[in-house]
Amino acid sequence: MKEKLRALQETIVQSDVWKSIFRHGYADTPRNRILMVASNVFLHLHPSKLRRHGLTLRYTWCAGGLTFFFFLVTVVTGILLMFYYRPVAEYAYNDMKYLQFDIPFGMITRNMHRWAAHAMVIMVMLHMFRVFMTGSYKPPREFNWIVGVLLLTLTLLLSFTGYLLPWDQLSIWAVTVGANMGKATPGLGSQGPFSEQIAAWFGIATPRYDAGSLLTAGTVVAAPTLLRFYVLHCIFIPVVASLLMIVHFWRVRKDGGISGPM
Amino acid sequence: MATDSKQLPEVIDPKTDKVHSWPHLVRAEFLCALLSLIGLMVWSLILDAPLESAADPTKTPNPAKAPWYFLGLQEILVYFDPWMAGVVLPSLIIVGLMVIPYIDINPNGNGYYTWKERRFAVSMFCIGFLILWVLLIIVGVFFRGPGWNFFAPWQPWDTHKVVALTNINLNMFLVENFGLEFLRDPIIAAIFGLGLIGAYYSIGAFYYMVKVKSSKLLQDLGVVRYGITAFLALTMFALPIKMLLRWFFNIKYIVTLPWINMNI
Repeated sequence: MKEKLRALQETIVQSDVWKSIFRHGYADTPRNRILMVASNVFLHLHPSKLRRHGLTLRYTWCAGGLTFFFFLVTVVTGILLMFYYRPVAEYAYNDMKYLQFDIPFGMITRNMHRWAAHAMVIMVMLHMFRVFMTGSYKPPREFNWIVGVLLLTLTLLLSFTGYLLPWDQLSIWAVTVGANMGKATPGLGSQGPFSEQIAAWFGIATPRYDAGSLLTAGTVVAAPTLLRFYVLHCIFIPVVASLLMIVHFWRVRKDGGISGPM
Repeated sequence: MATDSKQLPEVIDPKTDKVHSWPHLVRAEFLCALLSLIGLMVWSLILDAPLESAADPTKTPNPAKAPWYFLGLQEILVYFDPWMAGVVLPSLIIVGLMVIPYIDINPNGNGYYTWKERRFAVSMFCIGFLILWVLLIIVGVFFRGPGWNFFAPWQPWDTHKVVALTNINLNMFLVENFGLEFLRDPIIAAIFGLGLIGAYYSIGAFYYMVKVKSSKLLQDLGVVRYGITAFLALTMFALPIKMLLRWFFNIKYIVTLPWINMNI
């Protein structure tokens, strides 16, 4: 029996189909270890070798990796939620109820999306703290720190735009608190410094046309805001964040791999 | 094809101290992801995401709290007007973080934890992040109730709690306590307040002029990098200064400029 299985294994791994997918053997050789990473589109994000201190949890806290991991969790659960949710003021809240009480695994999908988003915010803050404390923004990694700050900001905006979507009391008032800040933008907000002068001279910074109404698609958080935040949350910010993540990960390698004592 | 199951001995390059990513890094990442996923699923099974009653624009809850990660900024709203707390300070936080690599020219502490080699950078960052961001979030989440009044977590939220509004602007504080009657005039008070803020920021310029001759660090830093560092640091410390002024003297604004709808 054992012999037959071994023969079957040989047949499979020697077949043209198998060899067209996996271009290297099983044997645990240094060459294959490198090929494992280098010939895999997902794993080749990694360097083929890294300095040992980069593996220690005490150094990295795995915070950057877990931020990305929780991002992936929100992408997967978010796509599932999109099947059942309509970003229209009349439907949104009912869809939430339906999702929670009628859809198989709807509640846990929503929970995982919500808590993974919180976890992502926590991890991205810890990642920034770790990178600062190890001085990893110092040359040659200055630019990647900038990309990281942009990603931190986008993470907060992702979470903030998602906060509105349940369309319950918690979400509209929390977002109202935030969106009201837009109205206070100096020069561009209807309630901010210079608003009277700018409105009189240029016709902007009025309640209808100011930084706040650009954000909320109207003078208050209402039905049009929901669609705007939905598109920002599901399409615009994830796409921009993904692009920046590509740059961020690529630059980690181009700038000499994970930081460490020189 | 050799399919021997013998483990490859640990390959560590003695010159670079490097190991193979496969299996060492990939295995560690996989385990981290797996444990986090288990933790997340347990969390999601135990605790449901909140869903309150349907959105009603006519019913404002008290307190209306922003998402937790913005509660540090909402806490700043107690001490600064929205244009500062909600727009200028968040923008300065983002820009200030971005310029860190360019104003910190200390070559030490690159890639390892150290306090002794980077005392200034580490202490500034910890004050900013741990106290003015994390601690303020904790206060906002657990210690703020109706009317944004202060409640301990174990105290019931009394929606009728009234805290007397005794805050006054700095010019009137000086009029009442020190008899500086000329500060009653709004224009003189505005010039006085702006001058005070200008004097606060010129502390940075003053320090530079006094120390630059004798300090190698300041000479290496140069006036532009020093100026940005001093501006950001002084702006950061404006928050605790305004907090102290509020707590001990009930001072609301340093300067009010009603003509351009701007108070600081």
